[in-house]
Amino acid sequence: MTRPLAAPRPPTRPPLDLDAVRADFPCLDQEVHGQPLVYLDNAATTQKPQAVIAAMARYYAHDNANVHRGVHALAERATEAYEQARAKVAHFLHAAEAAEIVFVRGTTEAINLVAASLGNRFTAGDEVVITEMEHHSNIVPWQLLRDRLGICLKVLPMDDQGCLRLDKLDALLTERTRLVAVVHGSNALGTINPVREIATRAHAAGALLLVDGAQAVAHLEVDVHAMGADFYAFSGHKVYGPMGIGCLYGRRELLEQMAPYQGGGEMIRHVTFEETTYAPPPARFEAGTPNVAGAVGLAAALDYLDSLGRERIAAHEQDLLAYGLAQLAGLTGVRLIGNAPERLGILSMVIAGAHPHDVATILDRDGIAIRAGHHCAHPVMDHFHLPATARASLALYNRRAEIDRLVAGIHHVQEVLGR
Amino acid sequence: MNDLRALYEDVILDHNRRPRNFQHKPGGANHQAFGFNPLCGDEFTVYLQVENNIVTDVGFEGVGCAIAVASTSLMTEAIKGKPIAEVEALFQSVHHLLTHKGEAAAPLGKLAVLAGVHEFPMRIKCATLGWHVMKAAIENQHETVCTE
Repeated sequence: MTRPLAAPRPPTRPPLDLDAVRADFPCLDQEVHGQPLVYLDNAATTQKPQAVIAAMARYYAHDNANVHRGVHALAERATEAYEQARAKVAHFLHAAEAAEIVFVRGTTEAINLVAASLGNRFTAGDEVVITEMEHHSNIVPWQLLRDRLGICLKVLPMDDQGCLRLDKLDALLTERTRLVAVVHGSNALGTINPVREIATRAHAAGALLLVDGAQAVAHLEVDVHAMGADFYAFSGHKVYGPMGIGCLYGRRELLEQMAPYQGGGEMIRHVTFEETTYAPPPARFEAGTPNVAGAVGLAAALDYLDSLGRERIAAHEQDLLAYGLAQLAGLTGVRLIGNAPERLGILSMVIAGAHPHDVATILDRDGIAIRAGHHCAHPVMDHFHLPATARASLALYNRRAEIDRLVAGIHHVQEVLGR
Repeated sequence: MNDLRALYEDVILDHNRRPRNFQHKPGGANHQAFGFNPLCGDEFTVYLQVENNIVTDVGFEGVGCAIAVASTSLMTEAIKGKPIAEVEALFQSVHHLLTHKGEAAAPLGKLAVLAGVHEFPMRIKCATLGWHVMKAAIENQHETVCTE
C-alpha cells in the first residue's frame, strides 16, 4: 500500500531537527559561486549522509573480500554484510523474504532484467502496457523486446493534470496482456500513481505488474504485498545511498520461473561443457562479483531513514511541498507542469520568456542547483508541447528558506532575461 | 553576477527576443540542414540561398535557449551577403572564440558578444549548434547534425 505524504498520521516524535539533519550531509555544506548551496536536484540524485559514506569506507578499510565461497574471515564478513543488506531491503519493501531481492546496478538494470528474463517467455502478439508518463528506462527495454519478439506495446494516456487515464485502462487489457509496467511516482511531474488499483485490474486480466519505484521509494512507504506489485525496481542513489546499486524485488515463484539474465560466476549450481544448472534466485540473477560496498552503503541509507523516522520525513516533505506550491503559485509568469492531487516533492516549471536552460544557468550562479531538460521523459514533454522544463525537486534535508531562495532566484531570472 | 551579464549581453537578449531571419525560408534556398542537441532538446533548421558562391539569403527555424537562438540569429546576420570562403573562416573564428578562453582569432565585430559563453562550459554547445548546422548546410550534408 502506498501511503502518500499527506497521510493523516500525526508524527509521534517531534518534527525533524533540520539543523542536525543537514549536518549529517557533508555535501550540503558548501558555497557555489559564493552562495550557500541550495540543492534542489534530488530527483536526479540525493546527497549522501555521513553514515553511508562511513559505512562504505569502513567496509573497504576492514571487511573487503569477495563474497560467497570464501572460507576466510574477511570473506565471511563481506558475505554477511552483503546478505544483511539484502535482508534490510526486503524488510524495507515488506517483501516476504530476502531471496526476493536481486541486487542490480539501478532501476534501469532492474527493468532490463525483467524485460530480458521474464520477457524471453513472451511470444509475438503478447502485449505489454506502459504509460505516457514513463521514464525512458521503462519504455526502451520494452521497445527492444518488441523489436526482438514482435510483442505489442500499448500506452495508457494521461490527462493535462498529469494523472493517468484509468478509465482507459480496462480497454487496453486483453487476454494477451502479459505485463503492466507503471511508474510509482513520476520524475517529470511528481504524480503519485494509484498502483494498488492498477494492480487489481492488471491481475484481473491475468497480467503481472511491474512498478518503477525509482522516484517514489525515498518519499513513500512501500509495501509490495499490499500494493500488489509482482516486481518493484529502485535505485540506491535516489534514496540517499550510493550510485551503482539498486534492487529488483520479484515475487519468489516468478523469479524461480525466470531464466538467467547474464551468465557467469555466482549464478550457477554446476557447470560442465555440456550443460549448466543454475542457482536459485536471487543468485541466479547476480552473475559476477557484486557491488558489495554499494549494498553496504544502501543498507546504511535505509538505517538512516529509519533512525529519522519515515513518518517524520514524510510530514516534513509534505509541509515543504505545500509551501513550495503556494510560493510558486504566487509568481507571475511561472506555470507548474503537472498538478496531480497526490504528488511527490517535484516542482516542474516553465517560466514565460525564459528557456529552462537559461533558468538553470542563472539559478546556478545564485548557488541553486535545479535540473533543466526533458528529464528522460520525452513523451511527457510531447504531451505538454514543451521542449523542456525547469525542475526543482525536494528531499528530507531541504527547508523553507531554500524555497525562498528559489523564489528569489526566479525573480533574478526574470530580471536578467527580461531587462 | 558579472559573468552572467557577460553571458546575457543586451545584444544576446535582443536577438533572443527578436531573432533575425527567423522562420524565414529563402525562395531560392538551395542548401539546408537540421541539427539538434539531444541533451537539452534544442533544434534548428538552417536554410541558405547560395548563388555564385555567395550566401545571398539565409533563414532558420526551430527552438532553443536564449544562447542558442541568439547565436543562430547573429550567425544569419553575419553571413548574409558573404562569400562561402569568408563564411567558413568566420565559422572557424567563432568556434575558436567559444572554445579558447573567449579570445577571438580575428576581429568579429558584433559576434564578439558570444565571448561570455566561454565562462559557462555547459552552454558552449548551445552557442555552437546553429553554426554547425549552417556549416553542414553549406556542405550540403543531408545528415542530421548532432552535438553529441
